[in-house]
Amino acid sequence: MSVMVDIRSVHKSFGSLEVLKGIDLSVRAGEVTVVLGPSGSGKSTLLRTVNHLEKVDRGAISVDGELIGYRRSGDRLYELPEREVLRQRTRIGFVFQNFHLFPHLTVLDNVVEAPVSALKRPRGQAVEAARRLLERVGLAEKADAYPRQLSGGQQQRVAIARALALEPRLLLFDEPTSALDPELVGEVLDVMRDLAGQGTTMIVVTHEIGFAREVADTVVFMDDGRIVEQGPPGDVLDRPREERTKAFLSKVL
Amino acid sequence: MSSDTLAKAPAAPDLPRPADTLPIVPRRRLGQWTAAVAVLVLLALAVNSVLRNEAFQWDVVADYFTTDAVLRGLWLTLWLTAVVMGLGFALGTLLAAARLSTNPVLRSVGWGYVWLFRSIPILVQLLLWFNIGALYPQLFGVRTVDLFTPIAVAIIGLTLHEAAYAAEVVRGGILSVDRGQIEAAQALGLSRWRRWWRIVLPQAMRAIVPPAGNMLIGTLKGTSIVSVIAVQDLLFSVQLVYHRTYQVIPLLMVATVWYTLVTSVLSVGQYYVERHYARGTGPAR
Repeated sequence: MSVMVDIRSVHKSFGSLEVLKGIDLSVRAGEVTVVLGPSGSGKSTLLRTVNHLEKVDRGAISVDGELIGYRRSGDRLYELPEREVLRQRTRIGFVFQNFHLFPHLTVLDNVVEAPVSALKRPRGQAVEAARRLLERVGLAEKADAYPRQLSGGQQQRVAIARALALEPRLLLFDEPTSALDPELVGEVLDVMRDLAGQGTTMIVVTHEIGFAREVADTVVFMDDGRIVEQGPPGDVLDRPREERTKAFLSKVL
Repeated sequence: MSSDTLAKAPAAPDLPRPADTLPIVPRRRLGQWTAAVAVLVLLALAVNSVLRNEAFQWDVVADYFTTDAVLRGLWLTLWLTAVVMGLGFALGTLLAAARLSTNPVLRSVGWGYVWLFRSIPILVQLLLWFNIGALYPQLFGVRTVDLFTPIAVAIIGLTLHEAAYAAEVVRGGILSVDRGQIEAAQALGLSRWRRWWRIVLPQAMRAIVPPAGNMLIGTLKGTSIVSVIAVQDLLFSVQLVYHRTYQVIPLLMVATVWYTLVTSVLSVGQYYVERHYARGTGPAR
């Protein structure tokens, strides 16, 4: 299968703190990659570099063959103008830990916003598509509610619908269930499982080991800014080779 | 027997009734009553003295309340307020953007502007602009005194003053919007302009409207300061009359009542504007 995401030798520091110390990772189209690791391991930062919410200091990331955030000319990488970065982002859906729905817009308007303003879709068409997406995440009847009137799990499902509205080639999830009450985690994971089953390419940063075991094609374990170990869930979760992986799994399982 | 007071006992004439069947008598709030009565008495005395004191000359107030001169002054006060608020907030928004920008030069200039124009009393500033001809007798080949008419000085001075405060109000509003909102908009590919107008500003308005309402009312009354440079606003119009007739108090009452009326209307307006921007902030689930 073709490579959808290609991450090569990515380094990133915040001030004097180096959070990514040379990451190489490739994700094939249609596959689900789950990134595990203790907090502070750099997994969220890595995810945010994929749609250029964080700039890399060194290294390169391409999605579907297109270099993200930069343009290559000769032996240099030139930073792209914002307009170009925004266009690239419309092909990459991002789901945040704290949902970040727009609180002053209705659920429907949250989903319709990006297709209309970033993709210039006619509003009528975008509304129709948005209603279909809300139905898909089981929230068709909440279209006219405001985000605050929904439970956390419902808000995150809206956020997923909002990301899907751009028909992205790739979906990034940054700890999508970490801000949820335990009893609401399942409904969000159900939606994600459903997306995975339909062949959506996904990178998921999460602490849900069960989800990783069941849905992931590849599990990546990160610690201290590096990828320690990666492979099929059966290998990484059940027969980890590295001591740090074993230590982490013994704490979360 | 004490433990039985809470239990239901059969109703017998000389047994005390169980507590859960008794009527509840609220505590008497004597202090509250005394304070209320005292305040009401004082209020009645004040109203009585205002209405009964002949020197207020309420008939004169009524005579002048809607005369042309007064209405012309009121009209000037209203449009001057509107222009100053409009220009002041436009400039203030730019200054707020400058102060929040990543460009250190813009940031410093924004800060310097706010510092300078908040430091100069508005009265001093008006007088300075009024006498600007002493510094620059000619501007663009025109005599400066012809350019800086009293009304132009009023608009320039009040706007520059207003903008410094508006900048802080707008900046505070923008800072009150969760950083994640901007990230979410960026992740969805929304343009800078769209992020600002559709996402940040409507949410910032919740924090901007109450102090902006305060400023609007403050500006409405504050415009009365232009009477010192002979701009014929509401205050100056009534002054012109009482300089002629010596009916100082009744004419000041004309201005007072008008200012109060307009301020009341604005307060009602603010309520509806606040309600509009409170969309989506109902009780959380």
